[in-house]
Amino acid sequence: MRLTLFNVVAAVIIAIAFAAVNAAYLVWAERRGAARIQRRPGPNINGPFGLLQPPLDGIKLMAKQLTIPGGADKVLFIAAPVLAMFPAIMSFVTIPFSENIVAKNMNVGVLMIFAFAALGSTSLLFAGWSSRNKYAMMASIRAVSQTVAYEIPMLITTITVVMIAGSMDLMEIVHQQSGSFLHWNIFPLLGKSHNILMPLSFLIFFTCTLAETNRSPFDLGEAESELVAGFHTEYGSMGFGLFFMAEYANIVIGSCMTTILFLGGWGCPFGLFPGVWWFILKLYLLIATFIWIRWTFPRTTIYGLLNLSWKILIPLSLFNLLLTAGLLKVF
Amino acid sequence: MSSPIELQSDETFILNVGPQHPATHGVLRVKMEMNGEYIVEAETVIGYIHRMHEKMGELKTYPQYLMNLSRMDYLGALGYSHGHVLVVEKAAGIEVPERAEYIRAIMVELNRVASHLFWFGAFVMDLGGFSPLMYALQDREHILDMLEAVTGSRLTYCYFRYGGLYNDVDDQFIESARKFIPRMRKSLKKYHTLVTGNIIFRKRLEGVAPLSKETCRKYGASSAVARGSGINFDVRKNEPYSVYPEFDFDVPVYHGCDSLARYNVRMDEIEQSLRIIEQGLDKLPGGPIMPKKKPKIIKPPVGDYYQAVETARGSFGVRLVSDGGKTPYRLKLRSPTYSNMHLFDESCRGMLISDALAFMGSLDLVIPEIDR
Repeated sequence: MRLTLFNVVAAVIIAIAFAAVNAAYLVWAERRGAARIQRRPGPNINGPFGLLQPPLDGIKLMAKQLTIPGGADKVLFIAAPVLAMFPAIMSFVTIPFSENIVAKNMNVGVLMIFAFAALGSTSLLFAGWSSRNKYAMMASIRAVSQTVAYEIPMLITTITVVMIAGSMDLMEIVHQQSGSFLHWNIFPLLGKSHNILMPLSFLIFFTCTLAETNRSPFDLGEAESELVAGFHTEYGSMGFGLFFMAEYANIVIGSCMTTILFLGGWGCPFGLFPGVWWFILKLYLLIATFIWIRWTFPRTTIYGLLNLSWKILIPLSLFNLLLTAGLLKVF
Repeated sequence: MSSPIELQSDETFILNVGPQHPATHGVLRVKMEMNGEYIVEAETVIGYIHRMHEKMGELKTYPQYLMNLSRMDYLGALGYSHGHVLVVEKAAGIEVPERAEYIRAIMVELNRVASHLFWFGAFVMDLGGFSPLMYALQDREHILDMLEAVTGSRLTYCYFRYGGLYNDVDDQFIESARKFIPRMRKSLKKYHTLVTGNIIFRKRLEGVAPLSKETCRKYGASSAVARGSGINFDVRKNEPYSVYPEFDFDVPVYHGCDSLARYNVRMDEIEQSLRIIEQGLDKLPGGPIMPKKKPKIIKPPVGDYYQAVETARGSFGVRLVSDGGKTPYRLKLRSPTYSNMHLFDESCRGMLISDALAFMGSLDLVIPEIDR
């Protein structure tokens, strides 16, 4: 495919649409899922199964007045939600959903996604800093220390996978895992590395994704029983809406990355009919796990979270990295 | 756990938690001087929902004042009415039929279970787990339905009368109460597997917010706050009233002194209340629910009367000073949460804000009851 301006614009629009639709309907799925867990109906009035709820919520949010608190830094206050949504959308551009469905494949796809993920946490800092609210400030400090703590084990586990694949190209990483589920990086018995500790890496990566996306049990940035609403305490209207959508877009990206890095992307578990449907299936199963975890576990404290990262996850992921490197050398 | 860094006094900031903060469950305000995430000093500010119940007690005649007591604590209302009717009966010398006493005990215990269930849900929600609240409220709903069928209201009951009850229980109530007990036991088991065993939950409560026996005694704490610190005190056992001596039940005491001990005490209390209800239903005698002889106008003789009861939140005392008139000379309400809450100022120093709010949840505060 030749890279023309038209192609790029089309790709970006599709990425935005995919991110937005996913974000909107994951809110619906989350609410329905939570309701199912809590034995109540959930949104079921607007449209069949409440499917019209997300657009109506969007209209409601857009109709609200955007209030800027007195003494707030106006520019940063308005820029923060945009900064939250923008990297989330941009990351979709490089994610390959199947052999053919990818907006722009890059040979440094992994690097780009992590670069944008790191950008996302600055938006939390800006939001907390600019809204001139003590709760928001505390929450944003928490969120940033959390991001720093969890990006390291996440990157180390990713390096492990990159080392096995020998490429930073997401397409290449999936190709390397093609075949049955025994080739997947989550348990690569027939794969290149034969490292039986890879499930550990998968768990570390998944935990870090939870923490990166500020999801329960690591939702310290918006711990509602401690810090009211965390970094978006002062946001109303679509400013809040964008933060909300960015959270779900980040969940989708985190799940996409988990699928690509560990679950063989669009490959079938038994080597049959590889295609986008397998990718979608794995993606939404992971997202369902996210929702399930959120409505089951209580929240950790900030110190429990940092201890988990620095004392357990980072040493373990480093150990696994070294082990994988050694095994790759041997086989 | 790390400890806070020593800071200059001008490097701290004041955080206003409440009166409309999600964790204070009502209109309690806590002024916290913070050092980052650590609390240097805290001051609880109350009075946002003061309705002068004690003054109303002096202005209203005895029957007029009956409904006020259930407005004090909207979660365990019957326990408070119980204290009041007992002290007035003691003062005016009204005999209560045995059936009425038993029904009172059953109702109060049902109400205690309902209150503890709500506390359980709200407490886990303070820790960030939302789903247990929904499960707890569903179980509580069964109790409220039962109480509504007999008392006529779901939250602020006016069920007890001087000398007896407003309404007798029927077979349907007894049947549904009997059905409720095994169902509640099953739910309790579920709560223990879902919440009590959860590693995050335990890490957040174990060893957090230690309360010594001395602190509890100093502030006059009661209920699970004292019993979680190893003080074996329950008004139902230590100063028996009504028909409680007839029942065989235990007072759960834990020596952990931490938030988890307080949690465990309340969860065990649900089981003990179920035992009392079970025995009450078995022993329930027949007969009238109101005494045959009862003064038309209640005018207790001159004197000073006191009665304490164990409500869901601790020992609740009513002191009645009568000058022989239609209204009391003085009616002092000793509310348990008032004492339990004042521990917070002293105990939360040096704590993380998230731990302090979990600690506050473990105290089981109901703000209207503090302010009265």
